[in-house]
Amino acid sequence: MGDSLRTITVKKNNGATSESIAIFAHPVDEVGVNERADFFTKRSLKKDSKLSALYLAMSMCDLTTLEGSDTPGKIIQLCAKACHPVPPDLIESFLQKKSLRPIPTVAAVCVYPLMVPIAAEALRGSNIGIASVATAFPSGQAPLDVKIADTRFALDHGASEIDMVINRGAFLSGNYQQMFDEILEIKAACGEAHLKVILETGELGSYDRVRLASDIAMEAGADFIKTSTGKINPAATLPVTLVMLQAVADFHKRTGKKIGVKPAGGIRNSKQALQYLCMVNETLGSEWMNPHLFRFGASALVNDLLKQIYKEITGNYYYDKAFSID
Amino acid sequence: MNNKSSTLGPPNSFEYAPSLEATDIVKIQNKNKLFIAGKFIAPTSNKYFPTYNPATGEILAQIAEANGKDVDLAVKSARKAYNSVWAKMSGRERGRYLYRIARLIQERAKEFMVLETLDNGKPIKESRDVDIPLVAAHFFYYAGWADKLDYAVPGKKVAPLGVVGQIIPWNFPLLMAAWKIAPALACGNTVVIKPAETTSLSILLLAEIFQEAGLPDGVVNIITGAGETGAALVNHADINKVAFTGSTEVGKIIARSIANSNKKLTLELGGKSANIIFEDAAIDQAVEGVINGIFFNQGHVCCAGSRLLIEESIGDMFVEKLKIRMNQLRVGNPLDKNTDIGAINSKDELAKIKRLIQTGIDEGGNYFEANSASVIPSKGFFQKPCFFNGVSSAFTLSRVEVFGPVLAISTFRTAQEAVLKANDTPYGLAAGIWSEKGSKIHKIASQLKAGIIWANTYNKFDPTSPFGGYNESGFGREGGRHGLFPYLEVK
Repeated sequence: MGDSLRTITVKKNNGATSESIAIFAHPVDEVGVNERADFFTKRSLKKDSKLSALYLAMSMCDLTTLEGSDTPGKIIQLCAKACHPVPPDLIESFLQKKSLRPIPTVAAVCVYPLMVPIAAEALRGSNIGIASVATAFPSGQAPLDVKIADTRFALDHGASEIDMVINRGAFLSGNYQQMFDEILEIKAACGEAHLKVILETGELGSYDRVRLASDIAMEAGADFIKTSTGKINPAATLPVTLVMLQAVADFHKRTGKKIGVKPAGGIRNSKQALQYLCMVNETLGSEWMNPHLFRFGASALVNDLLKQIYKEITGNYYYDKAFSID
Repeated sequence: MNNKSSTLGPPNSFEYAPSLEATDIVKIQNKNKLFIAGKFIAPTSNKYFPTYNPATGEILAQIAEANGKDVDLAVKSARKAYNSVWAKMSGRERGRYLYRIARLIQERAKEFMVLETLDNGKPIKESRDVDIPLVAAHFFYYAGWADKLDYAVPGKKVAPLGVVGQIIPWNFPLLMAAWKIAPALACGNTVVIKPAETTSLSILLLAEIFQEAGLPDGVVNIITGAGETGAALVNHADINKVAFTGSTEVGKIIARSIANSNKKLTLELGGKSANIIFEDAAIDQAVEGVINGIFFNQGHVCCAGSRLLIEESIGDMFVEKLKIRMNQLRVGNPLDKNTDIGAINSKDELAKIKRLIQTGIDEGGNYFEANSASVIPSKGFFQKPCFFNGVSSAFTLSRVEVFGPVLAISTFRTAQEAVLKANDTPYGLAAGIWSEKGSKIHKIASQLKAGIIWANTYNKFDPTSPFGGYNESGFGREGGRHGLFPYLEVK
């Protein structure tokens, strides 16, 4: 490669030996990415294809609450909503109109580690996952052993997925090794549980860095890469997610591994969600069009999806109050 | 949770259902007349010829065929309007007409976009997002120049030329009309313009806008017809200038035929433009730029990036990515909002493209044709996007303009070689450079012999930016301040 291209190197210890991994810093053109992302806002989904997409989006939601004020009561409410997104009386009225596949439940709920035991109890018997933000979410500014303990706590109490934050302090100061090592350690602590790595793209400053952070996270063993904590503006956007999808495409091409992507924060309505789905479909293809490889981190989105599903089936909008807030 | 499962309901897959733009907004008349002296009049011969919807192959309407007499009538009407009204009018007044026209185009944008897609075959998303907005933008831009011509050439006085004869192509029917008419009128000239015979409808709708705007009779006259009509216009004794956009072949005929007259001439002709990808480019965006460069408007673009030059170190990887992306393109009904590549404008053009593809195969190029992500209609004129890899500079596909969705790919080793290869063409219209290294972009751009050079983008058009070519791509510039000079006498 030529002189204006950059590669960073990280070391991975495998017991006695250590392996050097070269990660190419792919340049990303901001104008081009924005333009391409804008293209997906012009796609038009109608009729059955719209309804299918709304169903699919529903099944990809990680219904989320991440507040300092979260209480057991709030979590129980959230889990009830995850299990019963539509009030039963509405289901009846749906079915009078048309014979339907059942409206899917969300993929998972996403909560703080302390709330995991409550969620596990509330979701017992369902197949809804429990994702927990661990590793000193949202800042990640804590010692590694604290982050590992945070992760173990969540797992021990029933979390099936861990959403960790990268060490942005390390990444932005050029200490890629430290960022890499932390992901490795958390991945090891996760065992079978799925690891989503949150890049917090709103703090990274450029698409080049989003791309590099994506590549480091995937090399370190992320099962998913996720845009944001939801605590920083901007959170998920179409272009920043596109950069991550393209990183996933290249990683898949090179290693054969399929990594998932989760935009989180700022996706409030169905229209936006469908734009994301078009983008995933045309960037990574149909293999990624399922909750194992694509998720939305959202809360308000669920009700808007239901509202639009109802509209597609019945031809009318139902008044907003019909859908329970949680 | 709903436990009453059922097999009905939405399909469990992600597809785009047809999403068609409604066409009832446009009323297409069966017989479309000539527009002379502010009125729609029948051709003296009373002959009409059909115009087709290329997406179905069906006849859309009948178009008047103008002969020498009609052309003479149109030129006389333009001369009268020039002498009696337009040249005498203040620039500020002329500008007001142009602003009014621009606003009316915006108001009726939906009609224009549907009509353009029906008659030309381009995807509705392009007529909606590119063609029609740019048409309005051109009229707005040149409206602004109308009262500032005294400042166009510092220290000099300027004057209009008189009556200008303009001939435009079928690839951007209304946009090319705007590129020709707006600067001509802003400078105080009057116009006789001939659209391509396969795409006459949108400019005739523009004539309605001229009437609505109260543009004085005869300032713009529209004569429809094929080559003979064009020849009658070019050879008319009382025109002061010819402006032509189209093929290099016809451009040469025009240049010869007016060689012994004092008519001025500008030509915007073909191209075989190079899109140069360096290994330090932002690859995914460069792939997108290549797609946009050659497959925009079915490749019916004179400045299309039809030669792809890739630095050899990334050649295979880049071509693989290009294939994946090409397979995502949706070829089909141009009225579908999700269509990326519409219909080829005519049966003849499609035959020409197919012939050149066969030549490419015969010469031993490595041919790839994309699988369309959508179903291609059984009727109409369609060509899947395709490329030839490993095309040497001597191959036909490297030298001849295909004017379709056909890309010729070759590799280079050094920047010097990229420049040599890019300039190794009889044409010189456009070029694209893809690199994240700014100094390299500037260095290469200064060495390319092409009128338009894009860096890390392609096929971007703006009324403020001059457009035109080197060598067999023609001469004269359209757009920007430069675009005034072909319509002005500088004293």
